[in-house]
Amino acid sequence: MAIAEPELQHELRPARWFSHTWVTTVDHKQIGILYLLSAVGFMVLGGLEALVIRMQLVFADLHLVSPRVFNQFFTMHGTTMIFFVVMPILVGFANYIVPLQIGARDMAFPRMNAFSYWLFLFGGLLLNFSFLAGGAPDVGWFAYAPLTEYAFSRSAATDYWIIGLLVSGIGSVGGAVNLVTTILCLRAPGMKLSKVPLFTWMMLFTGLEMLIAFPPLTAAQIMLLFDRQFGAMFFDPQQGGSAVLWQHLFWFFGHPEVYILALPAFGIISEVIPVFSRKVIFGYESVALATVAIAFISFGVWAHHMFSVGMSRTLDVFFSAATFLIAIPTGIKVFNWIATLYGGKLRLQAPMLFALGFLSMFIIGGLTGIMLAAAPVDWQLTDTYFVVAHFHYVAFGGILFGLMAGGYYWFPKMTGKVLDERLGRWNFWLLLAGFNLTFGPMHIAGILGMPRRIYTYTAWRAQQYAYTTGKGWEVRNPTDVGWEIWNQLATLGAFVLGAAFLVFFWNIYRTLRRGPDAGPDPWDAWTLEWATSSPPPAYNFETIPTVRSRRPLWDEKHPDDPDWKHE
Amino acid sequence: MSVALATTSNSLSVFEAASPPAASIRDLFFLILFITAVIFLLTEGLIVYCIWRFRRKPETSPAEPPQIYGSNPIEVAWTIGPALVVFVLFLVMVRTVAAVRVREQPADALHVTVIGHQWWWEYEYYETSPSGEKRLLFRTANELHVPQNRAVALELKSADVIHSFWVPRLAGKVDVVPGHTNHLWFQVWEPGVYHGQCAEYCGDQHANMMLRVVVDPPGEFDAWLKNEQQPARDAPDVRVGRQLFASLACVECHTIRGTRAEGRFGPDLTHLMGRQTLIATTTPNNRDTLHRWVRNPHDLKPGAKMPSFQLSEGQLREMAAYLESLR
Repeated sequence: MAIAEPELQHELRPARWFSHTWVTTVDHKQIGILYLLSAVGFMVLGGLEALVIRMQLVFADLHLVSPRVFNQFFTMHGTTMIFFVVMPILVGFANYIVPLQIGARDMAFPRMNAFSYWLFLFGGLLLNFSFLAGGAPDVGWFAYAPLTEYAFSRSAATDYWIIGLLVSGIGSVGGAVNLVTTILCLRAPGMKLSKVPLFTWMMLFTGLEMLIAFPPLTAAQIMLLFDRQFGAMFFDPQQGGSAVLWQHLFWFFGHPEVYILALPAFGIISEVIPVFSRKVIFGYESVALATVAIAFISFGVWAHHMFSVGMSRTLDVFFSAATFLIAIPTGIKVFNWIATLYGGKLRLQAPMLFALGFLSMFIIGGLTGIMLAAAPVDWQLTDTYFVVAHFHYVAFGGILFGLMAGGYYWFPKMTGKVLDERLGRWNFWLLLAGFNLTFGPMHIAGILGMPRRIYTYTAWRAQQYAYTTGKGWEVRNPTDVGWEIWNQLATLGAFVLGAAFLVFFWNIYRTLRRGPDAGPDPWDAWTLEWATSSPPPAYNFETIPTVRSRRPLWDEKHPDDPDWKHE
Repeated sequence: MSVALATTSNSLSVFEAASPPAASIRDLFFLILFITAVIFLLTEGLIVYCIWRFRRKPETSPAEPPQIYGSNPIEVAWTIGPALVVFVLFLVMVRTVAAVRVREQPADALHVTVIGHQWWWEYEYYETSPSGEKRLLFRTANELHVPQNRAVALELKSADVIHSFWVPRLAGKVDVVPGHTNHLWFQVWEPGVYHGQCAEYCGDQHANMMLRVVVDPPGEFDAWLKNEQQPARDAPDVRVGRQLFASLACVECHTIRGTRAEGRFGPDLTHLMGRQTLIATTTPNNRDTLHRWVRNPHDLKPGAKMPSFQLSEGQLREMAAYLESLR
C-alpha cells in the first residue's frame, strides 16, 4: 500500500532542514518535529539542572551552589521536564502520528496547530529567560502559596513562572482542541471510533483531559498574578485568603496532568508491544475501556497530594480510596500487555527493549503509588525522597521509557532512516542501569527520613551534647543517619543517565548522516502510518485509504485471515 | 541541665517507630509492602518469563504466531482479583486513619502550640486549669521538651508560609499552614532525643529547618518546665553585654523575659543555654557559635532573616558572654 508516487512526492516533499518553512509551516508533521526538537533542547537544560542537584547532594554539607541557586534548579528542573519536555514530546508524537494513523491529510486546524506550537515555545523561552533577568523561580514546581506571594517572593522570578506557564498552557488547550477535533472528525472512511489504533484512542482521552485540567490551572495562575501585581488576596491567609485553595486548584490540574503525560506513553506501548510480539493486542476493548476509566477517575483523586495538609478524616479516606481504585484499570492494562507478549515471537529490537523497560519500571512506580495512596503511609513518606523515587519511576521509568520506545519506533517514519540497533541497545541498557541506580536508592533515603528539596544535609545526628562552663555545648557521640551512601549511588546513576542520552544523541546524529534507508514499513507493522512513504509527503496519502479493521495493514498482508473477521 | 542518657538511636527512619501513631503507620506500611512485593514478583516474573520463553531465536519460523484477540473470562478475573486486593487495602487504611487521627486527647495531655517560622520552630507551653482554660506559660524554640509516656497534643500554626512538622519516629508529618490550625499527637515510650525536620519546602533555608524532640523522664521534665518559667537570670558579670543587647535592635525581634526585649519575630532567648543547639538545631550551642552567629548570621545560614550588626570583636565577646549566661 505504498500510496504516494515517488515523482509527485519529490515536488511536494516537506521542507528541508534550515528552510524558512520551519517557521511558517502549518504542516502537522513539521510541527510535530518542531515540538520534538524543542523538547529535546529543553530536556538538555532540565537534565543539566538535575546533574547540578545531584552533584550538590553527593556529599553531606557540600555547598557547590548556594541555597538560592539549588532551589531555582529543582524548581526549573520539575517545571521544565513536565511542561516543556514530556508534554511537547507527546504532543509532538500526537501531531506527527495521529493524522497518519487515522488516514487524515492534516490536523483539523492547521494554523491553530502552528499557533499552539509557538505559544508553547515562547512560554518555555520566557520561563528560562528569568535566568538572565535576575534569577529563575525558586518556589518549587507546584509553587505553594503563600511562598509565592509578593511578601515572600519579591523578585520577578515567580511572575516569569506564572506567565511562562500561562502562555504555554493556552497553547496546550489549543493543541487539545485540535487533537480531539481531528480524531473525532477526520478519520478515514470505515474507521469507526471503535477501530482507531490504541495510540490514537489514548491521545483522544489525553486531549479531553487537557481540556478539563488546564483551565483551572490557568485560572489559578491568573489569580496568583492578581495577588502579586494588583494586591488581590486569593491565596494570602494574612488578608483572609486561603493557602489551601491554591493546592486544590493546582492539584485539580496536577493529578490529571500525570495521566495526560502517562496515557500517550500507554498508547505507544500498546502499539509497540503488539508489533514486536507479532501479535494483535490482547483485549483491545479492555485496554480502551481501562483508558476511559483512568481518565475519569483521575479527576477524583487530586487531594491525595494533600494528605498532610490536615483535611478532614472523611476527605482523607475518600481520596485514599479513589486513588486505590486507579490501580484496577492500570492493572488491567499491564495484564493485557503481558498477555500480548505471551505466545508471541518477540523481536527484541530497540523500540521493544524500551517498551519492556517501560513495562517493568512502570510496575514499580505503580506499586509505590499504592503505598502512597494509603493516607497514613503518605503522612510518613510524602515530601521525602521516597516520593521523588516514586514519581520518577512513573515519569522517567514509565513515561520517558515509553517515549523512547516511540522515538525508536517512529524515527524511521519521520526521517526515512532506521536508528542504529547496536547504539540503541547501548542506549537502552545505560538508561535502564542509570535510571535504577539514580532513583532506586532514593526510596531508601526517603524511608530513612530524608526530605526532598533540601539543598544540603548533615550526615549525623546526636543524642547528647556535653556542657562545659565558659564554653557551652559540644557534640558528643554523633551517629550517622545513613543518607549519604544512597545519595552517592544516585549521583553516580545520574552520570550514567547523562551518558545514555549522549549515546542517544550520537545515534540520531550518525543515523541522519549515514543510516540505512527505512522504506515505508521497516517494522512490518499494521497501522496506517506505515502505509505511506518515510517521511510521508505533505499530503500524507495520495488516496485516502478505506479501513475495515483496527489493523488495516494486517488485513492487507494477510488477506486469508483479516482482522475484521475477528472484531 | 542534663538530659537522661538514652539508649534510643539517632535514626530518622520511619520503621523505627517510638510512639503509637508511628507504629500504626509502620504496621500498615509493612502490610502494603508485603502485598505489593507479591504483585511485583508475580508481574515482573511473568514479564521475564515471557521474554525468555517467547523471544525470537534463529530457529524460530518466520510465520506469524497465532493471533489471540482476548478473552472475557480472563479479563473479568484480572479485574476482580485486583478489586479484592484494593478492598482489603481500603479496610486496613481506614482502620489506621482512625487509629492515628484520634478525635479526643486524654485529659492529662500536655498541650503545646508549634508555630513554624522561616526557618525555625517556636513552641508555646500551656497550662490547662481545671475549668479547661488554657494559660500560656512560656515560649521556647526548636528543642521541644515533652514528658515520657504522656500524651502530647500539638497545635500547629504558621507565622508565614507553609511548613511541615515531621519527627519520623513519633508520627507522620502534618503541614503547618498559615490561617489554618492543625493537630498532631504522640506519646513517647522511651526517653531520649528524637530528630525531625521541616518537610514542606519553605524557602531558602528549608534544608536547615530541623528540630529535636527531647523526651524527659517525668521528674526531669517538671524541673525543666519550672526553670523555663523563670524570668532570665540577671548575672552581674555580663552587664556590658546585657546593655549592648538592650541598646540594639535585638529587642525588636527577640524576647528575654524580665528585660525590655519583647520582640516576637525571632526565637525567645530567655533560657537560651537550656538548649543544646542553635540555628534550628543544626549547630552546637556554644560561645564560638554565638560569636560567629552574631557577627554575621549569613555566614552560618545564608538567607537568614537576622541582620549582621557590624559589632566590634570586643562587643561580640561581651554579647556572647551575655547570651551564654541565659541558662
